[in-house]
Amino acid sequence: MHPAFSVIFFTTSSGAGYGLLALVAVASALGFVPASGWFAVVSLGPATALIVAGLLASTLHLGHPERAWRAFSQVRSSWLSREGVAAVLTFLPMAVFGIAWAFCGRSDGVFALVGLFAALCATVTVFTTAMIYRSLKPIHQWHNRWTVPNYLALSFATGGLLLDALVQIWGRPQAVVGIAALVFVAMAAYLKHRYWNFIDTTKSASTPESATGLGARGKVRFLDAPHTEENYLQKEMGFAIARKHAVKLRAIARHSAFHLPFLLTAASLLLTGMPAALAAVAAAVFGIAGTLVERWLFFAEAKHAVTLYYGASEV
Amino acid sequence: MTSLTAPLPGSKKLGLVIDLDTCVGCHACAVNCKEWNTGGHSAPLPDFDPYGANVSGVWFNRIHTFEAGEGDSSRTVHFPKSCLHCETPACVTVCPTGASFKRAEDGIVLVNPDTCIGCKLCSWACPYGAREFDADEGVMKKCTLCIDRIYNENLAENERVPACVSTCPASARHFGDLGDPSSDVSRLVAERGGFALMPEMEYAPVNRYLPPRAAKTAVGCTGAKAELDRPADAAVLHPLLRWMDKVLSR
Ligand code: SF4
Ligand code: SF4
Ligand code: SF4
Repeated sequence: MHPAFSVIFFTTSSGAGYGLLALVAVASALGFVPASGWFAVVSLGPATALIVAGLLASTLHLGHPERAWRAFSQVRSSWLSREGVAAVLTFLPMAVFGIAWAFCGRSDGVFALVGLFAALCATVTVFTTAMIYRSLKPIHQWHNRWTVPNYLALSFATGGLLLDALVQIWGRPQAVVGIAALVFVAMAAYLKHRYWNFIDTTKSASTPESATGLGARGKVRFLDAPHTEENYLQKEMGFAIARKHAVKLRAIARHSAFHLPFLLTAASLLLTGMPAALAAVAAAVFGIAGTLVERWLFFAEAKHAVTLYYGASEV
Repeated sequence: MTSLTAPLPGSKKLGLVIDLDTCVGCHACAVNCKEWNTGGHSAPLPDFDPYGANVSGVWFNRIHTFEAGEGDSSRTVHFPKSCLHCETPACVTVCPTGASFKRAEDGIVLVNPDTCIGCKLCSWACPYGAREFDADEGVMKKCTLCIDRIYNENLAENERVPACVSTCPASARHFGDLGDPSSDVSRLVAERGGFALMPEMEYAPVNRYLPPRAAKTAVGCTGAKAELDRPADAAVLHPLLRWMDKVLSR
């Protein structure tokens, strides 16, 4: 699948934003982050910016962005529609929670509950994003049980790293927040490992034989394309990445999204003051950069069944 | 509406039956499809850089060519492919706007160009590559089963078939109601063992493909003699006798 920048940026940015929102709300309810209204501004502010930037980017690749409102209408069947609705609905509890905390200094009692509800909505939104991919049967590398856990884990990992960096910068480091980030990063690393293992060892049930129905005659080989130059289908669905590049990029993603953030966060737990804050910030930066690479691979390594009609021997 | 509704009782399942035995791979159906549809329901079908090195464009019907089998029993198969008007297609259910829909009355799958936001998700959901994005108009396009021909009362009745069907010089494309077991197309499918593409996707395509017939491996008796009679014995005669023959035959 063609790795379109708008979608890669959208899923990474919004994912991190929703993860941060969810974890801030939970940590605030549990009293692990500063109660000051200013902390609401510096934590929910970036979360909102990441979410909004992602959502705006996602409308960039539309043929008719001005009609985007129509995408809220088919929640009965479409995960894309459900995602749109979930994304918009999340803004409600998020706004109430953020305004009460930032401007009235209230993050307790009923407002904590509103915050927890916002966290739930944020998680549901990330889930619906993942389900858009998970539900596409023609793409074996997406239509499997590892897609959704990966999206959720990476959202919490990047959100957790951001929250840890924020409390460090704030000067009120909390071991619990750092440890939570470590746990999410480790979980994301494990799930990504299982995902890669899955797509390396399995393939789609569809073959050139089933695509043409000619299997009864024996092996089916592609002889001639319908046209000389690439068409929309090949550009959009036929993107292929060389195996050796995939191996390298996976290593980059592993190191940047998981290994470095884990080590840096662990280091920040042991350090104090400025060095600890710097380590935590670096962990968040690497985590997000690595997730961008991971997301690029999620698209680039996905093989669409239609390529069977254009010479692929398996998908 | 994007949710699939149960087909109306007695409703039709219109579709195509494509004969892989007789298709000669001439691309005439693709050309006529483009010709009709660039002025039809989903018009225009744009071409980008048409005279340049990187030509591309929107087509509803494409002819691929495969080779099946090995050695003497292998066969070159031309393989036309357009929308299969599936019965349970995810290209419809994934659409967030309701622009992609399947008609309850005849099963034709269409895109409403006035509500499509051009998110391309439906083209990702189609395993068959039947949808092509029109980057000019910013909307998705696909085979309409020539909805503007098959119900067109301005056309003579025998012309109310899809453009691709009407133009095929080998009569390799057939159009009809595959929901009616007694229709010509249904009988053809039953007779020839017609099949659906990628049944494992569970999209339940309506279109059917007819397999290439088994190749002949032995020559049967055609009624011709094994050897031709020698013409006249003239050829072998002595030149003198030939001359005499000529004179006497006058
Ligand atoms: S062939 Fe593709 S576009 Fe046509 S109905 Fe089936 S899934 Fe949809
Ligand atoms: S491209 Fe248009 S028809 Fe296809 S899913 Fe998006 S809105 Fe629906
Ligand atoms: S039915 Fe019409 S639109 Fe569809 S492939 Fe044939 S000519 Fe093209």
